[in-house]
Amino acid sequence: MTDATQVTRRSARAEALSRALYRFRQSRLSVVGATMVAFVLFFTLFGGILAPYPEHVAGGVDTAHRFAAPSLAHPFGTNELGQDVLSLVMAGTPVSVAAGFAVVFVGTVLGVIVGALAGFNGGWIDDVLMRFSDLMLTIPSLILAMAVAAALGPGFVNMIIAIALAWWPGYARLVRGEVLQAREEVYVAAARAIGASPARVLFRHILPNIVSPVIVKMSLDMGFAILTVAALGFIGIGVRPPTPEWGTLLSIARGYMPDFWWTAVFPGMAMFLAVFGFNLLGDGLRDVLDPRARR
Amino acid sequence: MTALLEIRDLHLSMHSYEGAARVLDGVSLRVNKGEIWGLVGETGCGKSVTGLSVSRLLRTPPAEYTRGEILLDGTDVLTLDERQMRSLRGRRVGMIFQDPTTNLNPAFRIGTQLIDVALAAARHDPAILGLGRGAGRRARVAAARKLAIAMLTEVGIPAAESRLDDYPHQFSGGMRQRVLIAMALIGRPDLLIADEPTTALDVSVQAQILALLKQMVAAHDMGVVLITHNLGVVAQTCTHVAVMYAGTIVEQGPIRDVLGDPAHPYTQALMRAIPTRDVARGALQGLAGSVPNLIHPPRGCRFAPRCALARPSCAQPPAVHERAPGHRVACPVVEEAQHA
Amino acid sequence: MLEIEGVSRLFPARRGMFGTTAGVRALHEVNLSVRQGESFGLVGESGSGKTTLTRQILRLDTPTSGRILFEGQDMATLSPAALRALRARVQIVFQDPYASLNPRMSVHDIVTEPMLIHRQTLGLDRRQRTDRAAELLELVGLGPQHLYRHPHEFSGGQRQRICIARALAPGPSLILLDEPTSALDVSVQAQVLNLLIDLQKRLGLTYFFISHDLGVIRYVCDRVALIYRGEIKEQGETQRVFDAPESDYARSLLAAMPEVRVPD
Repeated sequence: MTDATQVTRRSARAEALSRALYRFRQSRLSVVGATMVAFVLFFTLFGGILAPYPEHVAGGVDTAHRFAAPSLAHPFGTNELGQDVLSLVMAGTPVSVAAGFAVVFVGTVLGVIVGALAGFNGGWIDDVLMRFSDLMLTIPSLILAMAVAAALGPGFVNMIIAIALAWWPGYARLVRGEVLQAREEVYVAAARAIGASPARVLFRHILPNIVSPVIVKMSLDMGFAILTVAALGFIGIGVRPPTPEWGTLLSIARGYMPDFWWTAVFPGMAMFLAVFGFNLLGDGLRDVLDPRARR
Repeated sequence: MTALLEIRDLHLSMHSYEGAARVLDGVSLRVNKGEIWGLVGETGCGKSVTGLSVSRLLRTPPAEYTRGEILLDGTDVLTLDERQMRSLRGRRVGMIFQDPTTNLNPAFRIGTQLIDVALAAARHDPAILGLGRGAGRRARVAAARKLAIAMLTEVGIPAAESRLDDYPHQFSGGMRQRVLIAMALIGRPDLLIADEPTTALDVSVQAQILALLKQMVAAHDMGVVLITHNLGVVAQTCTHVAVMYAGTIVEQGPIRDVLGDPAHPYTQALMRAIPTRDVARGALQGLAGSVPNLIHPPRGCRFAPRCALARPSCAQPPAVHERAPGHRVACPVVEEAQHA
Repeated sequence: MLEIEGVSRLFPARRGMFGTTAGVRALHEVNLSVRQGESFGLVGESGSGKTTLTRQILRLDTPTSGRILFEGQDMATLSPAALRALRARVQIVFQDPYASLNPRMSVHDIVTEPMLIHRQTLGLDRRQRTDRAAELLELVGLGPQHLYRHPHEFSGGQRQRICIARALAPGPSLILLDEPTSALDVSVQAQVLNLLIDLQKRLGLTYFFISHDLGVIRYVCDRVALIYRGEIKEQGETQRVFDAPESDYARSLLAAMPEVRVPD
C-alpha cells in the first residue's frame, strides 16, 4: 500500500507541475522573460569564467587599444582604459544579480516577519508595526540608501543593507493584507475549531497559502532591485571599482558619450535585459500561481 | 409559428489543458412567449453554459460552437457580430445572475445604473422611453428616470423614487435581486434568462422573487429560461422543464408531465434524491458514481454508466421519444420497458 | 448533553471614523438542550444568529450572558487544558467543502491534524495516526488511495466526506453540522445525508444540524428549533413542528418551502 500511495503522491505533483507549465506557456511573453532570466542567471554563474579578457576583469589595462569600436576581437568595443567592455559586462552580472537577490531576500524576510505579526495579531501590534513601516515608506529608498552608505561607508554589504532597509515595508504591507484575508478563510476557522494553536494556524494554514503573491512580488522586485543597485553604483556609493558593476560602468561611460557610445550602451542593454526579463517572469508567475489576478 | 427562442442541436466544446471537453452535445429547446422553462440539472451539466450561449457571453476561445444554431425570433445569434449582439443584450434578451451583490456596481447609485441601462436600450429602440427619435438628451434622461421609477415600483420596491439615490449596499439581498430584475426588464426584453436567481437568498425571499418573476411574465408576455438546480423551485414556478445531464437534455416537457410522470432514469433518480415528506430517514436514494469526463464522454447515452437500466444498446446515441405532446424523453429503454 | 441556558450575545455599538454603528443583538435568551444521541436541527435564515450560536458552542466567541454546558460542565469555567481536551469532543463540519480544506495540505495531513493536535488526549503515534486516517477515509466512503491527494482533486461531495473524516478524527461525541449539504447537488446531498445517518448509528454520535433547508431538517432531525433574529420562535419534535406549527414564523417558513409537487 505504501508504494502505491508514494506513486500517487509523485504523479499528483508531476500533474500539478505540468499543468502549471501549460498555463505558463499560454503567455508567450512570460516564456521570453524566463529565457531572458535564464540567460542572466547563466552569466551570473559563469560570466567571470567565460569573459574573454579575464585580466581586464581583474583590473588590468591595455592603453594601446583605448576606445576601440566594436569588432570581432572586442564585440562590445573597449573603454577608456582599453578594457574589453564585453568582459566587464559579463563579469558585472554576478555583482548586480547577487546584490539584487540579496536585497529582495533580506527585504522579504523582514517584511514577512513584520507583516505576518501585524496581520495575525491585529490590535496595537498591528498599529505600531504598520505605522513604522509606513514611516519607512515615506523616505525615498535612494536617499535612505545614500544615508546608510554615508553612515556605514560604501561597499557591497552596506549597499545591500541600505537598499533592503528601504525595501521591506512593501513586503510587510503585502503580507499583512494577505494574512488578514487568509485569516478569514473557512479552513482557518476549521483549524481553530479542531483546537490548533495560534502558531500552528499561522505557520501551517496561513503562511503556506500566501507564498504565491510573495514570490510574484519577489520576481517583479528583482528587476527594480537590480536597477537600484546600479543607481547606487552610478552615483558612486555602491560597489567600488575595479570590481565591475553595471551602474559603475555606466557612470564612467557617461563622460564619453556620444562618441564612444558602446561603453555606455552595452552595460545599459545588459541592465535592460535583466530588469525586463525579471518583470516578464514575474507577470508569468502571477498567471501560474495566482489565477485570480488574470485578465 | 417561429418560436421566441429555438436552440437546435447545439454542440459546444471547451478547450483546456486536458483537451476539448464536449460541454454541450446536441441541445434542442423551444421557448415560446408566456412560457417559463426550468433548466435543471446538477453542477457541470451545461445549464449555465446554455444560458450564456443565448446571449453569446462565452469567450470564444476557449469555447467553440461546433454545430447547431440558436434562433432568436428566427435569427441565428451565432452568426451575429459583437456589435449586433450588444444591441440584442438587454434589449431582446435580459439576464439575471445568481449573486445580486456582484452584478451591481457598488460605486454607483441604483438610479444611475438603471438610467444608464434604459438609455442604452433606447439607443436601439427609442420607443422604450416613449419619445420620438429627435428627443434631446435632457428629455431622454428625464424619461429614463421615470421609467426607472416605474420599473422599481413594479418589482415591488417601496418608495422607489426616493431609493434611486441609494447605493447597492443599502439594499438587502432580496431587494437587490429585485433591482436586478428591474434592470433586466427595463429594456423590455422578450426573453429573460435567469441563472440561479434565488440560490443566494433565504427561502421566504426566494418565494417572493419567484412569485414576482411569474407576475412579470404574465404582465409583459415574455419567455423565461430559469436555470436552477432546485426541482422545488421549478415545481413552484415553471410551466415547462428541461432536465440536463452532462451536456444533453435527457427529458423535457410540460411541468405536469415531467414531474408527474418522470420517464428518464436520471429524472427519476433526481426526484428520488430529494428529501420529501414521505421519505423515511435513511431511505433517500443518492446517485452512485459521478458525472462523466466530458473530454472522453461515454459513447451513446451519457447517463448509461450510472444507469440501472443500461443495456448494450445504450452505446448508441439515444433516440428521442415523445411520450405525450411536448414530453420528450431521450431514452428508448424506458419506452420499450413500458410497452413490453 | 449540550445545554444552552439563556444565552445572549450583544455586539456593542462601535464608534468609528464614519459615525457610530448601532449595537447588534445577535442572540437573545436562547434556551436549547440537545440530548445524547439525537439529531437536533436548528433552522434559520441568514442573519438569524445561527452562526453566532455555533461560534458560542465552539468557544470561538463568548456569550454576553447565559451559559453553555457540555456534558454538565460550564464551558466558561474550564481551564485552558480542559478546554483543549473538550475541543476534541466537539467537532464541526462547515457548509462550503471548497473553502474549508486548506488547499496546500494533503488529505493525510488534513485528517491527521486533529489527532496531532490532540495527541496527549488520544495518545496516537505517527504510524497509528496514518492508519487511523486510512480507516476514517474508508468509514466515509473514500479509501487509502486518496491519502496523498490534495483537496482540488476531489469533487464537492468527496471533499465534504474528507471534512467529515477530519471531524471524526479526534473521536468526538457531538458534531455541529453547519449547512453540510447546501453547497452540494441533490444526488450528492442524499449520499452525504445517508452517510451522516449511518455514522450516527454506528458511532453513537450526537448531531447539532444547522440548515435553512427544511426538507433536509425533516429528513435527518429528531427535534428542531426555529431561530429568527436571535430568538428561538419554536422548538419541538420535528414531526410535530412540520405537521402542526404553532408560531406564525414556522407557518410562514413552511409555506415558502419549495416542495416538489406536481401542479394540478
